[in-house]
Amino acid sequence: MRIETVDAIPPAAAPFDARVEGQRLMRDWYTALEQAPARGQHVANVFVMGNAVEILRTFDFQLVFPEINSLQTGVRKASEEYIRLSEDYGMSPDVCSYVKADVGLILKENEHPAGRIPKADIAIASNMCSTFIKWAEIWERLLKTPTFVLDLPGQRAGNWKVRPGDAQHAADARWVEAQFRDLIEKCETITGKRFDMDRLAEVEDRVNKMVFHWNNVMALNRVCPAPFNAMLDGLTYIGIMNVYRGAQEGVDFMRNIEAELRAKVARGEGRVPEERYRLLFSGTPCYVSMRRLVELFETWGGVFAYSDYLTFAAGGMDAGELVYDTSRPLESLAEITALAAQRGLSNQFFAHERLAQQIRDYDVDGIVFHGIKSCRFVSSGMADTRDYLNKRLKMPSLYIESDLIDPRYWSDAQIKNRVDAFFETLHQSGGAPRANKSVSSESGRAA
Amino acid sequence: MTTATTAEAELNVVLEYCNDVRMAPIPDAGSLPEGFAGTLGHFPVYFPEEVAHAAGLLPVAVLGGGNRLELKHADARMGSFVCSICRSTAELGLNGSLQGLSGFITHPICDAAKHLAGIWARNFPEQLSQILYLPQNVNTPGAVRYIAAEFQRLRSELEKKSGRSVDDESLRRSIGIYNDNRRLLREIYALRRDEPWKLSCTESYLLTRARSRMPAEEHNGLLKRALDAARQRNLPAQDKPRVVFVGGFCEQPPIEMLEAIDSNCYVVDDDLLIGLRWLTQDVPEAGDPIWALAESFVERSAASPVQHDERKTKEGYLMEMIRSSKADAAILTAAKFCEPGLDEQIAWAKHLDNTDIQYLVLEFEEKMTSFEQMAMQLETFAESLLFAVAA
Ligand code: SF4
Ligand code: SF4
Repeated sequence: MRIETVDAIPPAAAPFDARVEGQRLMRDWYTALEQAPARGQHVANVFVMGNAVEILRTFDFQLVFPEINSLQTGVRKASEEYIRLSEDYGMSPDVCSYVKADVGLILKENEHPAGRIPKADIAIASNMCSTFIKWAEIWERLLKTPTFVLDLPGQRAGNWKVRPGDAQHAADARWVEAQFRDLIEKCETITGKRFDMDRLAEVEDRVNKMVFHWNNVMALNRVCPAPFNAMLDGLTYIGIMNVYRGAQEGVDFMRNIEAELRAKVARGEGRVPEERYRLLFSGTPCYVSMRRLVELFETWGGVFAYSDYLTFAAGGMDAGELVYDTSRPLESLAEITALAAQRGLSNQFFAHERLAQQIRDYDVDGIVFHGIKSCRFVSSGMADTRDYLNKRLKMPSLYIESDLIDPRYWSDAQIKNRVDAFFETLHQSGGAPRANKSVSSESGRAA
Repeated sequence: MTTATTAEAELNVVLEYCNDVRMAPIPDAGSLPEGFAGTLGHFPVYFPEEVAHAAGLLPVAVLGGGNRLELKHADARMGSFVCSICRSTAELGLNGSLQGLSGFITHPICDAAKHLAGIWARNFPEQLSQILYLPQNVNTPGAVRYIAAEFQRLRSELEKKSGRSVDDESLRRSIGIYNDNRRLLREIYALRRDEPWKLSCTESYLLTRARSRMPAEEHNGLLKRALDAARQRNLPAQDKPRVVFVGGFCEQPPIEMLEAIDSNCYVVDDDLLIGLRWLTQDVPEAGDPIWALAESFVERSAASPVQHDERKTKEGYLMEMIRSSKADAAILTAAKFCEPGLDEQIAWAKHLDNTDIQYLVLEFEEKMTSFEQMAMQLETFAESLLFAVAA
């Protein structure tokens, strides 16, 4: 069914460099942000988890992703200045550093290293990370931005089975749909435009195509050697997955990546020249030092075959069966959003279940947990999850700690020591070189 | 003995009992009150206790470990950056203190609290452990219907757990008992507002908190006795500033901290244990009881930093507390590492900077044991307030 909706992958006309193309698309996005006020375009702030992007695109909102703005201050080595500004303003050192970088941005009158960020006409905050709501309340207060809290019923308990169409899913979807209808009315008031159901279907069709390729891209890393590093290349993919979700550029980008990676797999090329250890990364990145962190692993032949970050920070769309039925666009949007909230986002609170599955899917030799003090969404249950997986699955693991974007928490020597010690233990406990191990790809292929 | 002396003695007896209850372990199978088949733990902030009560499960508010609990297991399972109430709750679970619970329900108030459900699922799979997804959007039409469906689900889960069916009639009976309780708690707060020298913040806190370990009907009896006694108390009004206290909506400030505040100020309103007082009016006792509870959550409810409601801005409700209690000033607290509390604390402070209302910022932790510095801050604050009022 999925295959029918997807264009065949054409042979790549020119060599495709995902990093270069990803950077170009990000630049274009920031340019579009700068130009939005001059174009008279309405602007919406959205988060990466539970965001109603499809509806906002239908109304032609220019999308601002404050999390991406914050992480980009880290990538561009400017985060400390923004964070310090907010702490001088009074923000506690103990709160999410993304929020602090954003408050710094407000205090700098929206001057971001990548360009000027326009003021939003509306902000959508879901309850998937509770900090989203507190963050949006800051905009309400400081910028008078109207906020719409999208309440998504999450995974209620361990071993919670939600199946499309069952009574619980139907009730949850009904509530989500009621909120979408409410949001649509608000968007109509803000933009002065009537909602167009056909346009929503078009947007959804593009999301379906993008997600199809996204799932294939993820699945390609089940192959040994893994063609990409989930915490380096994967971060580029995920940025585009968010910013261009529902846009044709996003479909093209993801399709090209899939083609490029398939070719790599066919050639037997891995991300690291000699893959010795397949690893799963759990948690959020440290954007200020991500390259360095990956290097510490890759010098040992360790590759991050997967990361749960690629699931929750991409809207939970690789959590299976998440295909919009474009013949009933709004109802389907609600159903899929409710499903993604439970299978791909709020299941973070029961992370052991998802990780156990991913350990099997990606056939990994160990897990690297990256704890971030200021991100309680990923970190509060991490130590307990680690303990559980160690005991139940005898899964070797490493715990390291830094921050998403606050460079003050990165301690190079300490982290290097821990990484080295981890590999030495893996090696001594019989972690055999993996170069010849074959793991089959279960990815679907567009016809 | 004069009536006032008798009243004082009676109040002392009640308060001592409440304090013992605060320190007591949760009732085990052998010490359950009559009519109850088990206990259901619930984390702050709000939980519809009536549903558990009607199912024969004693609602037990899990309010952390206070400042006498030694953490032996939790530090290795929850990072040091997590608030104390979450860590001590995990400790109480891991050290066996909560093993008698039939279930444990937490809420989407913050991410740390949601993670407790995962810790429970991994470590105590035999307990019914859930996140009750009370909505963070109560403004969209349909919210009541969604909440009612969640309460209905809760009702059937609890029925299964207790083996007792909850018919509408028994649920209405529980609602009636809790309506009495809500009325009595409102009277306590009215007394503190009107004659704060008759009941201190610490005393009112102990009285309210006693509901965390006993059936509401028993609690109603205690509250009545305490109210009667407090009203007859013959204590002179002192020269203390009137303040409101905010920031105690989830993690519990130590008793010693409340006492230090009482020594210097009259706390005429607060958000302590706000979840136990969440519904601000009677829940209708006619019609569908589940709907009545759900509708009350949306239409007749308090406010806190961890509930988004576009009708109630955080600054708005603080100002309303100050206005309606005729307070002179505010004490803005936050639990250490409590992200929502810390975010709100700064917002409140910035807001009050633009008014002529003075405030004091305090950070606390349930496990605090030293209060000298805080007492000094409070003393200075109270003096400056009295001076400002007199000037
Ligand atoms: S707490 Fe974590 S998930 Fe939430 S906004 Fe901050 S970085 Fe993102
Ligand atoms: S004290 Fe704050 S951080 Fe801790 S559980 Fe309560 S609301 Fe969450």
